[in-house]
Amino acid sequence: MVYYISAILLILIGMYAVLTKKNIIKIVIGLSIIDSGINLLLIAIGYVKDATAPIFSDSSLKASGMVDPVPQALVLTAIVIGLGVTSVALALVIRLYDHHKTLNIDKIRKLKW
Amino acid sequence: MRKVLAVLLLAIVGYYMIDSFLKIPFGENRNTVGDYYLNTTVKETGSVNTVTSIVVNYRGFDTLGEVTVLFLATTGLAAILFENKKRKRRLQHASLIVRVGAHLIYPLIILLGAYVFIHGHLTPGGGFQGGAIIATGVLLMFMSYRSFEVSHKLLVYFESIAGIAFVTIGLSGLIWGTSFLENILPLGIPNSLFSAGVIPIIYIAVGVKVGAELTGLLDNLLKTIK
Repeated sequence: MVYYISAILLILIGMYAVLTKKNIIKIVIGLSIIDSGINLLLIAIGYVKDATAPIFSDSSLKASGMVDPVPQALVLTAIVIGLGVTSVALALVIRLYDHHKTLNIDKIRKLKW
Repeated sequence: MRKVLAVLLLAIVGYYMIDSFLKIPFGENRNTVGDYYLNTTVKETGSVNTVTSIVVNYRGFDTLGEVTVLFLATTGLAAILFENKKRKRRLQHASLIVRVGAHLIYPLIILLGAYVFIHGHLTPGGGFQGGAIIATGVLLMFMSYRSFEVSHKLLVYFESIAGIAFVTIGLSGLIWGTSFLENILPLGIPNSLFSAGVIPIIYIAVGVKVGAELTGLLDNLLKTIK
């Protein structure tokens, strides 16, 4: 249960950074914190009490004592997509800085809320 | 004012998220999909790592799409950062300790990355993780030597050959089997290196592709520093 709450807290911290920070790099960091929070949440949903990783490396391991492998496989995909999103976002930040000579979103016109 | 508004908004979002997630049982038994995979994976795919068999075998087409997304991300990044005049990386010289240490560790990191993606069907690991480890090794060299260069032509060759290998394996499943990415090789004895049919070959292709792509991505990002 505490895993759910801490993962949701991580998502909320990331959202707070996205909503209130002025520096674009900090906003990108907030996005990747949201990303990790969601990954943790998905892994926590697949958890089974007293179970091991879903790898049959030893003949004494039985399928009944293993955690759900489906969320882990999905999170593997999600991590790679998160990496792609972060890298493209950082490239756009570099271009914005070249153009406006600032990272503060208040000083970049047409980017206020 | 804006911070108060944000905290208020997040409190509402957080309350409803926690409220709905408390209804999902935590640490209970798996659902039927996970049970099916765990009970049949060794028989059907010969891979002892269930996560690998899901990613590469049952959902192999999805992984092909994932590799494509990563390829598009690196291509998009290169297009955004493209400049006509060539720039050199302008980093500070690293200290002697970092340079000597990097030189010693670099081949070992590449070896570890190769180990992780070759043993993807036996241990927790796989193509994406191994590729990322290789890219961190190259990043260490980028950071410690100003003059360290990676040939872009070589990266493109690695990337294309790995991508073509992945698609060729998929198509050979269509030719000699019944569906795209079907296993056409013998499964072998589980828990040995040469087992699990096409899974290790696909994961080696993915590892080489991801390693080359992430290296190119890091090179592009570092070259734009003014």
